[in-house]
Amino acid sequence: MRKVLAHQLVWPVLALVVLLLINVVATPSFFDIRMQDGHLFGSLIDVLRNSAPVLLVALGMTLVIATRGIDLSVGAVAAIAGAVACTYIVGSDEGAVGTAIVACSMALGVCVLLGLWNGFLVAVLGIQPIIATLVLMVAGRGLAMLVTDGQITTVNNDVFSDLASGFVLTLPVAMLVALLVFGLTALVTRRTALGMLIEAVGINPEASRLAGVRARTIIWTVYVFAALCAGLAGLIIAANTNSVNANSLGLWIELDAILAVVIGGTSLAGGRFSLTGTLVGALFITTLEKTIPNIGIPSEANYLFKALVVVAVCLVQSPKARAALRVRRPAPLVAKAATS
Amino acid sequence: MSTATVPVAGASPWDRVRGYRPPSRYLPVLATFALFVGLFGVGGLRYEGFADPQVFLSLLLDNAFLIVLAVGMTFVILTGGIDLSVGSVVALSTMIAARTLELGWSPYLAMATVLVVGAVLGTLMGLLIHYFDIQPFVATLAGMFLARGLTYLINVESISISDPTFSEIAFSTITLPGGYYTTWTVVVALAVVAVAAYVLARTRFGRTVYAVGGSESSAMLMGLRVAAVKVGVYTISGFCAALGGLLFAVYTLSGNSLHAVGMELDAIAAVVIGGTLLTGGRGLVIGSMLGVLVLGTIQTFISFDGTLSSWWTRITIGLLVLVFVVIQRFMTRRQS
Repeated sequence: MRKVLAHQLVWPVLALVVLLLINVVATPSFFDIRMQDGHLFGSLIDVLRNSAPVLLVALGMTLVIATRGIDLSVGAVAAIAGAVACTYIVGSDEGAVGTAIVACSMALGVCVLLGLWNGFLVAVLGIQPIIATLVLMVAGRGLAMLVTDGQITTVNNDVFSDLASGFVLTLPVAMLVALLVFGLTALVTRRTALGMLIEAVGINPEASRLAGVRARTIIWTVYVFAALCAGLAGLIIAANTNSVNANSLGLWIELDAILAVVIGGTSLAGGRFSLTGTLVGALFITTLEKTIPNIGIPSEANYLFKALVVVAVCLVQSPKARAALRVRRPAPLVAKAATS
Repeated sequence: MSTATVPVAGASPWDRVRGYRPPSRYLPVLATFALFVGLFGVGGLRYEGFADPQVFLSLLLDNAFLIVLAVGMTFVILTGGIDLSVGSVVALSTMIAARTLELGWSPYLAMATVLVVGAVLGTLMGLLIHYFDIQPFVATLAGMFLARGLTYLINVESISISDPTFSEIAFSTITLPGGYYTTWTVVVALAVVAVAAYVLARTRFGRTVYAVGGSESSAMLMGLRVAAVKVGVYTISGFCAALGGLLFAVYTLSGNSLHAVGMELDAIAAVVIGGTLLTGGRGLVIGSMLGVLVLGTIQTFISFDGTLSSWWTRITIGLLVLVFVVIQRFMTRRQS
């Protein structure tokens, strides 16, 4: 029992379960899943589908944060990816399958370039990550509007919109894509030495470099990966509405992603990361967004609850807050007797 | 040997002028000032009516709230922190002002409420940051969400302000010699800059801000009041954001939960362009004001040109931030 309680995922999972229970109390049919039009349908499936963009961005963010960095530009990168894809689709044979594939590849290619740019600023020039990615965060939406010419571009391509609202084997495509990326990331970081190297860079970049880790290459890789994930998320968001609005696509998704990472127990100080935690965190945020209107509060107020969650999680993680709590609650006598 | 650098007795005034080197801490501000004058000069040459002093006055008028925000942000960044909540606090302030006025409160009471709320929010974030060791980035992120959420709780729709006192402040102008005019919001913004510059340069609190930014542990070992300063800068930033929110409410005469989305980025960009070191310890308030003016000039540039689209503003701001950050990086690398 103690071993279970000490596991770092206990609290996030518990919070998620509590949230789900609140939903069930508010609407008893929340857990109902039924088949409709040949695919699964229900609130839980909705949550899973809606969590795909946040999960994708958060996966990239997890690795960046593990190297003691942060990537603020992911929202802007998502907007650029959506803008590039939609503009290309509109500009060529609009309904064709090939168009959608080329558009998505082009968008992801651009994202790789943007990731290389962020990585260059952080790894080569040595600028603090928060500032280096701020540059692209400020300029990125401008670039996205440059691509779309400031218009809200609407597209009409079945394959592209299937990316968000399609179903394969009765499951939503968006969720499958996100889970695929999750699985691949987990495989590559935990079944090879890459995860350990990333953590080594996060703990001490200089020491890891002296120990023979190519710190610069690893930092570069994680920023490219973060940009790729953000681009994929941007494509899903754009496909969901079949349009791109460079001003609002992926607005504040970087904050949601950071929140998901923090909830999942990855330390913002770097050097330690948990992909499963991030998955739970992303699910928690999406469920929270669904819960707020479900219990009769205006859905815009979800920011308020997110703020409370951030503060609570940070206080739980903060060693100082824990120490303060421990002083006020002396160890029970039984435990003392057992140790002496 | 070193006669060239040591001013010799009897050197002509011209020699002294020629040999004058401004202290290195003023160099970034001078660079920003040169950039501002250069931008304005190019604008004056290219577009008719750009060099008119009234354009400069409008620049101040349109950016008064941003100047106040940037002043608060300068304090925070000087200690090596960052405050992401200011944009949301601006929105919250406009909303509180609009809602309390709608309820029939006296305008002065409404203003006082707004300022108190801003300062309290800032203080809370400061306490989290200092006493619980939560990164400034995360704590102010929570503040940002909190303020935005509260704004939505007050009202999702926009509320217009029709209070006579607010309209009076918004529309009354001060006539300057030569037929030019300005407004009280500009006076408030300039007063804030003056007070902040005095506090940073001449008071114990201000000097401690620089000391904490230079090295927090050294400041602590010197017996300086690190806790008071680290919490205090966030209080100041929250207060400035609330004051900026009031100016914004006067400027737009409305409260709206969608006001000032992303304004924290503009404030941070202005501070960076103003030459303040993002790692803390070096920078001047006057630089941040010049940074805001540079941002405003770029906007004026684009509106005067007419062929450039509005998104070029953001791209240019991003590029400017990049240039200044890279220059900072090389300057600090050379010193260390």
